[in-house]
Amino acid sequence: MSNKEAGTGAKALLTFTRVLCYIFLIFLTILCLFSFYILIVNSTRANSEIQKGFTLIPGKSFLTNFNKLIANDNIPILRALGNSLFISTLTAMLTTYFSAMTAFGLHIYNFKLKKFAFSFILLIMMVPTQVSTLGFIQLITKMGLMDTFYPLIIPSIAAPIVFFFMFQYLASVLPQEIVEAARVDGSNEFNTFNSIVLPIMKPALAVQAIFSFVTSWNNYFVPALVIDSKNNKTIPILIAQLRSADYMKFDLGQVYIMICVAIIPLLIVYLFLSKFIIRGVTLGSVKG
Amino acid sequence: MPLTGRGFPPCQRLPAWLFKSNTGGEYYMEHITAKSPKRKSVNYSRWGYLFIAPFFLVFTVFQFIPLVSTFYNSFFQNYRVGLMQIGPKFVGLANYIALFSNADVPTYALNTMIMWVLGFIPQILVALLLAVWFTSFRLKLKGQVFFKTVIYMPNLIMAAAFSMLFFTLFSDSGPVNMILQSLGITDTPYRFLTMTGATRGLVATMNFLMWFGNTTILLMAGIMGIDPNLFEAAQIDGAKSHQMFFRVTLPLLLPILVYVVITAMIGGIQMFDVPQILTNGGGTPNNTTMTLIMYLNKHLASKNYGMAGAVSVLIFFATAILSFIVYKILVANYKPASRHKDEKSKTKKVKV
Repeated sequence: MSNKEAGTGAKALLTFTRVLCYIFLIFLTILCLFSFYILIVNSTRANSEIQKGFTLIPGKSFLTNFNKLIANDNIPILRALGNSLFISTLTAMLTTYFSAMTAFGLHIYNFKLKKFAFSFILLIMMVPTQVSTLGFIQLITKMGLMDTFYPLIIPSIAAPIVFFFMFQYLASVLPQEIVEAARVDGSNEFNTFNSIVLPIMKPALAVQAIFSFVTSWNNYFVPALVIDSKNNKTIPILIAQLRSADYMKFDLGQVYIMICVAIIPLLIVYLFLSKFIIRGVTLGSVKG
Repeated sequence: MPLTGRGFPPCQRLPAWLFKSNTGGEYYMEHITAKSPKRKSVNYSRWGYLFIAPFFLVFTVFQFIPLVSTFYNSFFQNYRVGLMQIGPKFVGLANYIALFSNADVPTYALNTMIMWVLGFIPQILVALLLAVWFTSFRLKLKGQVFFKTVIYMPNLIMAAAFSMLFFTLFSDSGPVNMILQSLGITDTPYRFLTMTGATRGLVATMNFLMWFGNTTILLMAGIMGIDPNLFEAAQIDGAKSHQMFFRVTLPLLLPILVYVVITAMIGGIQMFDVPQILTNGGGTPNNTTMTLIMYLNKHLASKNYGMAGAVSVLIFFATAILSFIVYKILVANYKPASRHKDEKSKTKKVKV
């Protein structure tokens, strides 16, 4: 830090730098929050008010807008919410459970194809899903699974990146001895995994469950190609539908409420879990 | 955000924790390659296959077979005109030739690249700046938790909804135009979405907003992984803060920066949700915001499977090349230090 002689000058400079930093940070904060602020304000105003002009003060029509949206037959919003919630929850559960299982298998056991399996997963990790979507659509058409939820849920069992996270975590928390001790106590390998290893992995499971849920909730590309009927639509598909509808004829209050429904639930969850989530982003990288 | 298997959205970026800072994380490959001491009578190794079976089964059925069949499809003429089905008929490389004979694919690749670069440059610069500030011992910024929470937030927002929000905000009679008019900046509303620059700029802005927080946190982890003794030594030698940044932080952050750039590129190639919703799938104005995946989506939706296959294969190879670099970085990072013979690892060995 600054010497005592250089004292005042250096200190003034430091304060100046700090002020600049805060100004820039506040600018970025506004940039991040501004659009959401407009969203929330406009979702509380009636269509006629929105058309008239913009104010920074929220209106009183939030519930009116919301009820209108629910009553709108073309946009089965509650149904879509239910669908999205169902798909995302199941996906989060399957992804975390089976990734943990795969990680456990590769961490504890030594078998011939172990190194190959590990390198293989590492190698395929970055292949984007879009490039095999054509074959995927053909496959599920043949299986008769088009316009069902199965193709959106089952494939999440094979999630290379989540596996990798679990593997990193296991390698740092689970010594071989624990599994051996369980064996001595007569535990079957599968039981060992379920009743001893899974509880140890709770933090990793939670972080990945959150991320998987969010990813699935926001997913648009594949569901848009798979889902067809009105009752099976998820939230992102409804958003796209809203965009392709004749926008100008729309009740803007409903448009904003609709976007709110897609964004706000996750925002609330995020606000509660943000510390946890941000730590989760770097969990692997800061831990030795 | 993690890419969790098929049926999941494009991973715009690989998550931060994939990249372990050099201080730790040598144990993976070591662990994987190490011969464990011979176990007693019972052989448990077969359980290993059982535990990894579901993953590989599902992967094979829902990802590997579809990938192979996508390649296969790219050699066939197979599309629909109205109700009439043409093909499938083997045509060799005709789809690929068709792909390059008109300007579509190169144009869309260029569009994708322009929008990615426009978003990525501010993203990496701002992220680097914030990461240095947040980790600086001298600045000791307050309210870090708040700022981190805010800048990471857009990353979790549904891209489709975020894009729809921007569409409504920037529409001809939307709030932004209203604000501009009431401030007297313009009399007639700007028609943002009819202007190439503005539309591309909006896509880039959204990508920037959605990813700079994530990158900041990743780079912060990288900086915190640097040996603090190095900073101290530099300080004792009288280094100024910009010298510290360019001579100490930046060189040591280089591997993680390469990782960030390449994974961001892979994410960039997959750009879809934002421009798709913003332009209603049209790539308006005049196809200047049409990305490669939007083009693929168009063929998939119209069941033009031959061309969709060819585009897929093209995108596959583009990402494969980049992915291979990431794979090399990851593996190099996880190999036990003793395997290397260069100087860097020697110092590492001494340290350990």
